[in-house]
Formats: sequence, C-alpha cells, structure tokens
Amino acid sequence: MTPDSTGGKDWRSAGFGLYLHWPFCQSKCPYCDFNSHVATSIDQGDWQTAYLREIDRIAAETKGRVLNTVFFGGGTPSLMQPSLVAAILERIGQSWSPANDLEVTLEANPGSVEIDRFEGYAAAGVNRVSLGIQALDDKSLRRLGRLHSSDEARRAIGIAQDVFDRVSIDLIYARQDQSLGDWERELSTALGLGTDHISLYQLTIEDGTVFQRMHARKLLGGLPDEDLSADMFELTQGMCDAAGLPGYEVSNHARPGAESRHNLIYWRMGDYAGIGPGAHGRLTLGGARLATEAPRSPGRWLEDVMGGRAGEMPRARLSDTEQAVEYLMMAMRLTEGASLAWYRSLAGEDLPAAAVAELADLGLIEATDESMRATAQGRMMLNGVLRALLAGRQSAR
Amino acid sequence: MTQLDLIRNFSIVAHIDHGKSTLADRLIQMTGTVAARDMKAQMLDSMDIERERGITIKANTVRIEYPAKDGRTYILNLIDTPGHVDFAYEVSRSMRAVEGSLLVVDASQGVEAQTLANVYQALDAGHEIVPVLNKIDLPAAEPERIKQQIEDVIGLDASDAIAISAKSGLGIPEVLEAIVTRLPAPKGDANAPLKAMLVDSWYDAYLGVVIMVRIMDGVMRKGDRVRMMQTNAVYGIDKLAVLKPQMVDIDELGPGEIGIFTASIKQVRDTRVGDTITHERKGCDTPLPGFKPAQPVVFCGLFPVDAADFENLREAIEKLSLNDASFSSEMETSAALGFGFRCGFLGLLHLEVIRDRLEREYDLDLITTAPSVVFKLHMKDGEVRDLHNPADMPDLTYVDHIDEPRIKATIMVPDEYLGDILKLCQDRRGIQLDLSYAGSRAMVVYDLPLAEVVFDFYDRLKSVTKGYASFDYVISEYREDFLVKMSILVNEEPVDALSMMVHRDRAEARGRAMVEKLKELIPRHMFKIPIQAAIGARVIARETLSAMRKDVTAKCYGGDATRKKKLLEKQKAGKKKMRQFGKVEIPQEAFISALKMDG
Repeated sequence: MTPDSTGGKDWRSAGFGLYLHWPFCQSKCPYCDFNSHVATSIDQGDWQTAYLREIDRIAAETKGRVLNTVFFGGGTPSLMQPSLVAAILERIGQSWSPANDLEVTLEANPGSVEIDRFEGYAAAGVNRVSLGIQALDDKSLRRLGRLHSSDEARRAIGIAQDVFDRVSIDLIYARQDQSLGDWERELSTALGLGTDHISLYQLTIEDGTVFQRMHARKLLGGLPDEDLSADMFELTQGMCDAAGLPGYEVSNHARPGAESRHNLIYWRMGDYAGIGPGAHGRLTLGGARLATEAPRSPGRWLEDVMGGRAGEMPRARLSDTEQAVEYLMMAMRLTEGASLAWYRSLAGEDLPAAAVAELADLGLIEATDESMRATAQGRMMLNGVLRALLAGRQSAR
Repeated sequence: MTQLDLIRNFSIVAHIDHGKSTLADRLIQMTGTVAARDMKAQMLDSMDIERERGITIKANTVRIEYPAKDGRTYILNLIDTPGHVDFAYEVSRSMRAVEGSLLVVDASQGVEAQTLANVYQALDAGHEIVPVLNKIDLPAAEPERIKQQIEDVIGLDASDAIAISAKSGLGIPEVLEAIVTRLPAPKGDANAPLKAMLVDSWYDAYLGVVIMVRIMDGVMRKGDRVRMMQTNAVYGIDKLAVLKPQMVDIDELGPGEIGIFTASIKQVRDTRVGDTITHERKGCDTPLPGFKPAQPVVFCGLFPVDAADFENLREAIEKLSLNDASFSSEMETSAALGFGFRCGFLGLLHLEVIRDRLEREYDLDLITTAPSVVFKLHMKDGEVRDLHNPADMPDLTYVDHIDEPRIKATIMVPDEYLGDILKLCQDRRGIQLDLSYAGSRAMVVYDLPLAEVVFDFYDRLKSVTKGYASFDYVISEYREDFLVKMSILVNEEPVDALSMMVHRDRAEARGRAMVEKLKELIPRHMFKIPIQAAIGARVIARETLSAMRKDVTAKCYGGDATRKKKLLEKQKAGKKKMRQFGKVEIPQEAFISALKMDG
C-alpha cells in the first residue's frame, strides 16, 4: 500500500489506542445492551493481575508503537479502585511510548461514591472523564433506572471540571413522554454547565434489554415518532452549533479541538487493542488487519487469563472488502466524512456513481473525487445512505 | 345389474355447517357400508381443504346397501354435491344424475341463501324432496318455526319433515326408510343403446383419469369400447367399479346405476362434465340435453414471491389442471411482479381453493393480484374482445362500449342488519330486485355487477352482519356500463398489477381510497413519493408519501463495528420481501391489501 494510492492514509494516520473494559455495574440499566454484569464481590487484585498480563501480551505484539489514547469503558469503570487504575496506567506507560498528548478517558457515574474517587483517578493519570448523566431530572433518571439524582449529577460535573483537564457528559433524549420543549430546556441547561464535550444519544430500544421486552408488550408508552425524533435531532444540532459545540459525529458534539481522540480512532479506522471481557480490537499486524474479540463472560475471561491463556477468541482477518465497508460505515458518521481514495484502495473499485449522484441530488451527501461527507440531513438518514451506497456496488451484486 | 325398483339415487342439499357431511357419514355408518374402525369424520370430503373449510368441492359418491322394513335390500346411491355457487354447473350435473334430494336445514338457523339456490336446482331437475331438520337436540332448535320457514321461503310442504340429529344418530333410521319409500326409483331401459351421463371426473395418481357415470339406458361392461359424444373420442373401459366409498370392481352397470370407470385417459381436460357416453358401435343417436362447458368468470394473476419459484409454479399449475378442467391459466409478465400466470376461475371460492392448494400442496409463496372479471369490449370496428386483465385494456378511442357481467345475488339476513346490507349493495352499484321476509329474516335479491363482488364484497357482507348473512349468486347477463381503466402511478410510474376497471362514477372514490391505502402500506423512502390514481392521463387522486427523515444508529463505537455491519446487511436481506418498482420498493402485501377497502 503506497501513500499515493491511499491518499496517504492507513491506520497510522488515525492513531493507536487502547480500550479496557470493566464489566461490572451496581445495577443494570433497562436500556443498556452493553456487556455489563452485577456482581456482589469482585477481587480487584485478581482483575489487576489479569489486566496487566493482557497488557503485556498485546504490548509484545505492538512493540515500538506510539500510544495515543487509553479508554476505560464499561460497565461502570468508576467502580474500579483508583489503585487498580494507577497500576494499569503505570504498566501501560512502561509498555508503549505514550504520545505527548496522551488522552486517558474514564467513564464515570455521577454518584457520591464515585465522586470521592475522582482525585485518585486524576493522580493515577486519568485526564478526561465521560460522565453518564443521562437526564437532568429525577423522574427521568428513575425511569432510566439510574441510581444517581440530578443534584448529584450537577455536583459531579462541577467537581470533575475542577479535577480533570477535560470533561464530557452523556445525555439520553427522545425519552418517554418528552416533548420538543422539554428537551430544548434540558439541553439548554446541559450546555450551560460548561463542559467542552457532550454526547447526546437518542434512546434506542436495543435487543435483549428490559426496555425491549417492555416495548414488545406495549408497556413503554410515550416514545416519539419518527417526525418528533427528527425534530429533536435537528434542534440538538442547532443548539449545539450555537453553543460552540458543533456535532463532529452523529451523537457527539465538542468545542473544536476537544473531540474524543479515542473515539476518533474508531471512526477514522485507526488501530485499537481491546482488553477485558467482550472487548473488541482492530490490529494491523504483518500487513493484515485483524478483528479481535474477548470472551464476553467476565468469569470465563478471568479464568482464561489467570490460567495463563490469552483473554481472546480466535482472531478474524478482515478482507479488503470488509475493511472498505467498515471504513465507510464508521467514517461517514463523522462530519468530516470519508476519504474516497482510501475507500477505493481497499474496495478496489469506486462507489457506484449512480447511487452517489442520486444521494447528492437528494441533498444527503456531498462528494468530490477524493472525499465524501453526509450533510446534516444525510447524517440523520445515515443507515439509508449507507444501504444505498453499499447495495449498488459491483461486488455486492 | 340391479333391478330398477331396488335402486334409489339421491343427493343432499344443505348450507355449509348445517350437517350435510355428518348426515352422509351417519348413513354410511348405520348401514355398515364402512367398518366402524375405518370411519373418519366427513368420509366423502377427501381433500384436506374440503375437510378444513367444511365444504365439498368435487362431487363424490357412495353406494349403500340398505335392508328396508319391507324385507328387500335396496341400493342407495348418494352423490355428495359441491355446495357452493362457484361449482353450480357441477351441482346441476349431479342433480340430473339422481331422482331425489334430502333438504337438510339446521333447526336453529333456518334456510340460508345457499340452500335456496341448490334446492331450486334440485326442483329444476325434477327431484322429489324430503325435508330434514337437523340439530334437533340443540337447545336453540325451533323445528316448528323452521318448518314454517321452509314452507314460506321455498314453498315446500314441510309437514312430514324428519327431525334428526346427525351428530347423535337420532332419526337416521327414519331418513333411510324415507329414501326408500318417498323417493322414486330411477327409470331406464336395459335393452336400449347405452346412454350414460358423465357426472364428474378426477385424476388419480395410480389409475389416471377416473370418470363417474350415471347409466340412463343400456348396460356398460368392462372391456366395452365407448364414445364421448361431445369430443368424439373413443376409449376402451379398463376398469369398472362402484364406490363404497372405496372402489369395488363390478362387471356391469345397468340403468339407474352409478359407478366409475377408467379408460387410459390422461387428462381431466379430455373429459367434459355433462357429456353423454355411449357405445362406439350401435350407440344412441341423441345425447342428453343441457351440456355446456364450464366457463371461468373470475381472473387474477398468480406470481411467485420468489422469482426463482416460477418453474415450480408452472409445474404445480400443470398438475392441478390435470384434475380441474374448469381452471385455466396462461403465462403473464408483470413489470411489478415478474413472471407468473393469469388464471381463470369459476368464482372467488374456486380461486381461493386453487391458491390454497398451490401454496399448501406445492409449498409455494404466491402473490395474488386483484381479481378481475371478464369484460366484453365492443370495438369500433365491430369486433368483440374479452378483457381478462385490466393491463391489456386498449386505447379507449378504439372502444365503442364495454359490457360487464352482472349477477343475481340472493342474500338472507336477520332484519336488524337489513339496512347495512341495502347500503352495501347500493354502494356496489346494485339494483334491488326483490325484498321479502320470512319471520325475522329478510331475503333480498339484487342485480349487481360481478366486478363489484369479486373484491371484498363477501368479507364486507360478513363484517357488517357479524357473520349472520348468507349470500349466493348466479351470473345473469352481460350489460353495458360506463367503465374505465384506472391506473395507479407510484413515483410517476404506472404499476400494472394495481390497475383496475372501475365504473366512471365511482372512480374518484376508488382512486382516493386506493392512494390513501397505498400511502399507509408503502414505507417511507429517502425521497418523497407521489402516489396517484389516473384515468388515461388525467390524475383523479393524489397523495404524497413524505421522505423518511431519520434512520441512523445512535451509538457506534469500536465494539459495535462488527455487529452494526451485520445489522446493515440484515436490513438489506429484509428487502427481499419488497418488490422494486423503479426507485420505489413496494411490499408484497400492498398488492393485496390495497384492493381491500372499506365501504
């Protein structure tokens, strides 16, 4: 792969990150389909040993790389002892060359117990937190199954802003019985809290969740229809733009420069190692791009690693076509869009001209020879846009 | 050969569910014709569909030996006739093959429209009729009221009607005795040239085509060379038998007898119900009167859901045609639905039965297009053309006028629903011919266009009367009316499978209902879609399906890439249930649902 044929792009242009999955929560939220489990007792010592072993194993394969980002996700990583986080970050520092601007993010719940650990995480090297606020009123928080109160949430945001360099908050909208006006007021309040990054997710009924079972039995009333959720989405874009936090991805908004660098690695097709139960990774090794996946069950993963085996299932090599599809699917989520040169070098063909022209005609995408991006309207219709682009391919016929 | 005065031939006339098949079963059982261990419910309905729907589609027969009270043993031949109007022709043939009928009426429900049509056929055939009141043991039974109704509505003396319960066996010996004492023996001359009526024929996988005959005159023997008088084809009789109801070989059949024969005939199409069979040599001169071939009156397109099933559909249709000469088919191509067949049926029930059999017995998924009737196009050059498919409608400038088939419909309904029925019939361009009452039930007779009935008339009838109405019809005539072809355009493109012939005065309402329904049925696309109904170039109704606004996955991070990619591919696969039409994907169900409208 020469720089010319790819427009100068490969995984290196997007960077290298490390994702660590902590699979435990105090309680399971009814909307969440992530790999999270409620456990009564957790031996953090065993988990520390296991994480360190896995870091060593991956480091051996990726020797000499510059590490751009670390992300503690879950589950609820703010249930980890600060000492466990410190031990992990120390071993990471010994294993790779950290970038000068190494970003270390930890997802945290805004509960009182967690707030008390913020200082410890900062001391361990965490420089960014992503707070799972989800809603700013207590009734909504209870319906979402959250354990914290809105007062705790506000306090957590304030303290986090004092303790960490960068703070992001998550909110869920298009909730039950939420009107456009309700959301406008709530988002306005959220933007007034002064964080430089905000993730705004429309509530999605995911398979295998409590909400999905309720939805199937018609017990989940008051969800918005397509038009209301579209109106909410558009309102969100406008308000965030006005607040100086434009959307850089479908659900992510940041002050320019304050984007989540770790998540950008995913969307720009960089390399990332995934460590911990159920974690996924993408590693380019020996010219092949590999998809890695760890066993989902925390017990099974811990047993494997403690037993001296790799905490990973057999790896899959991604074909060029698979990479091309994945690249398009991920990069088109970004406001900046995708490099068509890179797509072409992976797919071995151009995107179907007829589909591109039609989508451009409908005002859903903007494309040049070298790049393509979804318009604001197109980003809202991204699944349809992707289906149209991918269905018309030569190789898909 | 059986002595004429020891033979009784009869049929049973009844409405669906009034107990015809149960009574037949009981007669068979009580005379020991079938051993108890071989008995299964509804002995004579041999097709699964017949048993499930509780209807008889093909005529069936059984020969029963009955030792009567007079000490003599009689041969009773029961022909179980199709009860539905679609098979009216088969019914009329079966009726001509016997001398009497049992009229079975449910003692709680009373006379229904279908009963009426069939009893008139029986009277036409000169039958002696014995009224039988069934389900007499039900608490709701009102034998006296029903007797009165039989006398009022049918004009039949019901004073010596037999009260029975076919289910429990009550009254069955009286029925058997009445068959012998009240029905006439057949007439005929054993020494005259052979004259036999072809009552029915069907395809048997082992025997080939099996022909049921009623001997009028002469004697038919195994090995005889016989001639079909309509087709002039000559066959040698390989096998001669009677049905008890299993086949029992017999050497000869004499006058008045009913039996079956095989003669190396390959297709049911080679036989004509109602034809006269005689000997090749020394045959009779004049055939039996009244032969006419069955004509399909309702047409629709049948298309495989999966285009790859086209060959399987072709094979299945060929096999079904072997056994059903009244069902016609020819290949059809639709821009929307691909390759399929335009098929003709005797009526809506016939259509449903054939479609069910294709789907069930041949495991096919089918799209059925809107049923259409045969319009007669009177062209300006004097030519008269049959129009089976609205898509084939020629330019109107060449057409002088169009005739459509009209029916005479008889509807029986509790009087509380009468208003709804009258409104329904008026809405469907009906002309009231008669209205009378029998107790609290009204009988309405309407002249209706068949085209208005083939859509969803029967469904509407059932729903406005909560299932209490019964309905029957006969085709009456072809008559001119102001008919036009209405096309449906989706995203500016005509969808041939949705075009239909409508009355000009009703076109706007139909068009409006149709585009509104389609707007509900077609999912939103990435662009807005105009849906129009048009007559020629003139748009008479329009709806716009707005563009989809939001379809995006909220969360997609590193761990989701694989899963979300699969989801995207799955959504692509889900599109198989859609038909691509221009840029628009139309779900298959839209083709059927769009045509079922309210009111």
